[in-house]
Formats: sequence, C-alpha cells, structure tokens
Amino acid sequence: MTISASAFDYVSALALRETSVVYGPGKEYLAEARLLPLARAAGMADVDAYVARLQIDPAEQRKAIDALTINETSWFRDNAPYQTFTDVMLPSLIENRRHTQKIRIWSAACSSGQEAYSLAMLLDEHLPLGWTAEILATDVSTAMLERVESGRYGQVEMNRGLPAGLLVRHFTRVGTEWEIAPKLRNMVSTRHLNLAAPFPDLPQFDVVFLRNVLIYFEMDVKTDILTRVRRHIADDGFLLLGSSESSLDVERHWTRETAGRVQLHRPVVNHPRPVAVGA
Amino acid sequence: MKALIIDDSRAMRSILRRILGDAGFETHEAEDGQVALDLMNGGLEPDVCLIDWNMPVMDGYTFVTQVRHNQDWRDVTLMMVTTESDSNRIVRALAAGAHEYVIKPFTPDAILDKLQLLGLFTEVPA
Repeated sequence: MTISASAFDYVSALALRETSVVYGPGKEYLAEARLLPLARAAGMADVDAYVARLQIDPAEQRKAIDALTINETSWFRDNAPYQTFTDVMLPSLIENRRHTQKIRIWSAACSSGQEAYSLAMLLDEHLPLGWTAEILATDVSTAMLERVESGRYGQVEMNRGLPAGLLVRHFTRVGTEWEIAPKLRNMVSTRHLNLAAPFPDLPQFDVVFLRNVLIYFEMDVKTDILTRVRRHIADDGFLLLGSSESSLDVERHWTRETAGRVQLHRPVVNHPRPVAVGA
Repeated sequence: MKALIIDDSRAMRSILRRILGDAGFETHEAEDGQVALDLMNGGLEPDVCLIDWNMPVMDGYTFVTQVRHNQDWRDVTLMMVTTESDSNRIVRALAAGAHEYVIKPFTPDAILDKLQLLGLFTEVPA
C-alpha cells in the first residue's frame, strides 16, 4: 500500500461529501486501486501526488469521484435475481398491467449498464407482443452513464456472465468491442442521480433493482434512500437489493417475501395487492 | 468435478489449470482434440471440456462434433475458450453442440461465471 494516511483521509472525506459513499479504515487498497489508473493517466508518479492535485483541480476531482463510486458488475450478476425476475416478477406484472401493457424498471446505481441491458434482454424474450418496457439507468458517475449510452463493451466485459447465445443474438462486433442491438439500446434511458441526495422528478416504477450499493452508505443514509425509493415504486411493485443487504430497518415501508434464493422487498400498502407473488 | 483442458498452448493450459484447480476441479490436459478423444476413449469421463479452436492434428470444432456424435458422452459439457471472436464462429460452435463460449483474453472470473452459468460451479459467498 502506498497511499498515505493524509491522502486517504482526503479521498475518504471527498467520497463521503460528494456521494455519501463510505471509504472507512481498511479500504485504503480500494481507494488506491481506483485512483491509480487516473494518477497514471495524469502523469503522476503515485496516488499521493494525484490526491494533491485533486485538491486544486475540480475537473480531476469529478473523475476521481466517478472512479471511487464504480461498482464491479457483470451480466446477469448472481443469476438468481434474474431468474426471479422472469419467474415471479414478470408474470405478476404481466397480469396486473394487462390494461396498460407497459412495464417500467429502475436500475439504480447502474454502473456500466450490464444490469439494465441484462433486464432488457429478458424483457425482449419474455414480454408479450405489443407491450412496452422502459428501463431507467441511473448513476452518480457521468462517465458510467456515457458508457451505458454507448452500449459498447470490451471483450473482457463480454465474457463476464453473458451466455454465448445471448451475445450472438443481441450484440454486433464493432472493431474490438461489441455493440448492443438498437432495439435493446432504445429500451434503456439514462439519468444522473445521486442516491444520497433528494431524487429529481421520477416516475413510478414497477421494479427497482438497487443491488450492491446500499452497503456503501451509512445506516441513516441507507434508511433515507429506502424511504424515498418507496415513493417511486408502485404498490404492487418489487424492490431487489443485493443478497447481503436488507430493508430490516425500514419495516414500515417494506415487507420481505422469499422467492427461491432471492428476497423480494414489497411496498407496505394499506389495502391488498391485486395479485400476490406466486398466486 | 473433472475438467479436461484442450489447448495447444502450454501456457494457456497452465492458466486454466490454476483457475480450475483453485475452484476445486480435478484437471486433465490435452494438446489437441485427438489427444483429448484418446483420453476419453481410454476411460476419462470429464464433466466439462474447455476447448481451444485452433490446434494442430484436430481442431476444437472437430472435437466438439466428434463428442456430440457419441451418445456415451452426451452429458459432457463443452465450452470453447478461444481467440476466435467472429459471431459466425460462435453460432457454428453452439450449433455443433458447444454449451458456452469464452473469447480470449479472459479473466479468471469469466471462466468461473460461465461454469456457474452451466451449473458446474457454485461460488462460496464471501
């Protein structure tokens, strides 16, 4: 480890102030791993020198914030949530939305977009003819949102969990990269959004994927996020968190239902939902 | 679980051996498709074969077609691991009976992700 304690303190405070993401003691290696490529790109010898520059360069600071909030991601990450999406959530929504024939999904903290496009592939395969699906992909990192909009992925990324059959069905090779089909690309729109700040004007969603991001926040921020997400999810909607995350502390807003290996979080409502899970 | 690594590159076999070994697989190796077929005809019963496309003597595509023509090997999972990245090649391999396709270069996670997808590996939660 080469990042100094004072440089780490600065990075930690920057991440907390700008995004509410916690870089606590023991995360020095992570901060360094994420900032080292930027340090090299800026011609700096090490991360400490780069952190010194961050303090006087707002543009570089923006890049650093982006790098510090990037989550590891892969196609169909953990598999089981996507299985539950097609087996449990979609059938329920297809029944309940038969009049509007429209499904709206929020991929929160979308990173480079694999989650949003994985969902788009499933919707393309399972949604009845004539239905429309809208997926909103949001992230605090503008660099990540640009990647989502480009719909292009490198070979190493393509290998991460994407079945070969879906690769050839939905992607075209462009030089050294793969580009997602326009049909799926058009399903996904992007928006800059800091989960820790008040949400902008958002519609109601039927499904919210908020996976593997709450772990980065302090408990009070996490509680606040889950409370605000409730306002943007339909009464019969579904919230998916990461497998190690829970809505335990906001029980007045969420109940939990188990579907196979997956915990689904359902909004608390004062009247019965039209159709229960598995009905 | 037994894995048969089929690649003419000794370095590549070594990389795959380490990834699979760390994941708990018993690994076997062959430098081309014919050597792999000889091993299987000799009694080796792999659960999964990781197969390069371009190899001397017998290439990976021919190996896949040969394995798929033998009913005794119908349960063997076949995964191409190759630099061949053309969509038509991928389609051809899948049509011939390969279950999955990994394009080199890859990260260890990519191999494990695919094996998980195929139900051959379960990641132990951290």
